[in-house]
Amino acid sequence: MKIVDALANRPHYLPETASQTAGPYVHIGLAPGAAGFRIFDRELGWDIAGPNAAGERIRVEGLVIDGSGSPVKDVLIEVWQANAAGIYAHPEGGGEVEDGFRGWGRVITDFETGEWGFDTVKPGPVRARGRMESGVAQRVRDSHPDWQGRAQEDNVPMAPHLNLWIVARGINIGLNTRMYFDDETAANAADPVLNLIEWERRRATLIARRTVRDGTPVYRFDIRLQGEDETVFFDV
Amino acid sequence: MTPAEYYQRDRRLHPPALTPDYKTSVARSPRLSLISLQGSMSEITGPTFGHGDISPIDNDLIKNYAKDGDPIGERIIVHGRVLDENARPVPNTLVEVWQANAGGRYRHKKDSYLAPIDPNFGGCGRTITDDDGYYFFRTIKPGAYPWRNWVNNWRPAHIHVSVFGHAFCQRLITQLYFEGDPLIPICPIVQTIPDADAIDRLTAKLDMNAGVPLDSIAYRFDIVLRGRRSTMFENRLEGN
Repeated sequence: MKIVDALANRPHYLPETASQTAGPYVHIGLAPGAAGFRIFDRELGWDIAGPNAAGERIRVEGLVIDGSGSPVKDVLIEVWQANAAGIYAHPEGGGEVEDGFRGWGRVITDFETGEWGFDTVKPGPVRARGRMESGVAQRVRDSHPDWQGRAQEDNVPMAPHLNLWIVARGINIGLNTRMYFDDETAANAADPVLNLIEWERRRATLIARRTVRDGTPVYRFDIRLQGEDETVFFDV
Repeated sequence: MTPAEYYQRDRRLHPPALTPDYKTSVARSPRLSLISLQGSMSEITGPTFGHGDISPIDNDLIKNYAKDGDPIGERIIVHGRVLDENARPVPNTLVEVWQANAGGRYRHKKDSYLAPIDPNFGGCGRTITDDDGYYFFRTIKPGAYPWRNWVNNWRPAHIHVSVFGHAFCQRLITQLYFEGDPLIPICPIVQTIPDADAIDRLTAKLDMNAGVPLDSIAYRFDIVLRGRRSTMFENRLEGN
């Protein structure tokens, strides 16, 4: 920080590095096996839940569809999810997860068809965001015990969901969305994020449809980048 | 410790979704507004990685695919720190890179550019930042290459960079360019970024003091991820 800025009481932050498209060859870096060669001993992200995770084993499949109605065949999707107890594999994730449960994975689309799919466990509901505020705000509140703030709407747990991040050639900054489950009608109806979407008919773009194939539940989730029924994307 | 949110992303520093000069963005850009979310557990957490996930050679692109010698090209070191908007280091985070070879050709079954594949160059690497957020790679300088957009567009030499941070909302993919490259100001992909300073920050700077004399030249590239609001830790204000 420049001293002159400090003297001016000007808060000083570094600007975030700008995003650039992952480009058509994202697989080289993040999934080299798919690019056609073997280089690393271990590729990352192919096993989301691990062998010990509790809960229902599911498969998730879909297409990413562009504004012309065509499948996008060079997408990379990352998934981030809680386990069946609603806990994330993170120091602040709400508790312990099963050994081997990472809750993160990456998948690429088939170069010919654009179909993608991954196996995981169905996540549980995730605890409410709670009063997530800065230390400064906490100090203010602690000195005014009757201060209620916006706690009410922050105390609703979130329905089971997968967090998805989509990158590809032509996508300048990764797109964040969520996938919810159509067999969680009551939880979805109360979900604070779905309810934040003003246009009720757009909420359906985030809900995957369940079928059963060879005894395994399969959720279908097509992502539409633009056009009719454009998927809801989030600024997180 | 009470969980804390991350600062909202300043999207004016990032390319918008629709950038017609970069034609592929036209059909792949959402037309409706993003829905802004306050950080929840789903956004302030993210995957963690350790040294067990990678191998020590993974950050050496000169050696990590070498078969019968070193790859052809200008030997370079790319190094820097991963920081957050509070200027604090981001330790133990995964940094992944991928790039074309010195002739501008990717080792990818979908790349058919006529420049040859280098048998000793894979073109990808990864590392985990140390306690100070520091990282480095050794590689060869990638070549410029033509791409189909307008009839005669060339990408400036660049290295793709992927960073995780500690929260899914910090996830970032970007591209590193090299100081002085005349293709930077005329590249439709670089120029999707609306802010000239933001482009300059994507341009790695020559760092003569960090090179290895008679061996490799160095470029410095710091990466800034989103920062986080201060939290209370044992009744003490952390950060800010």
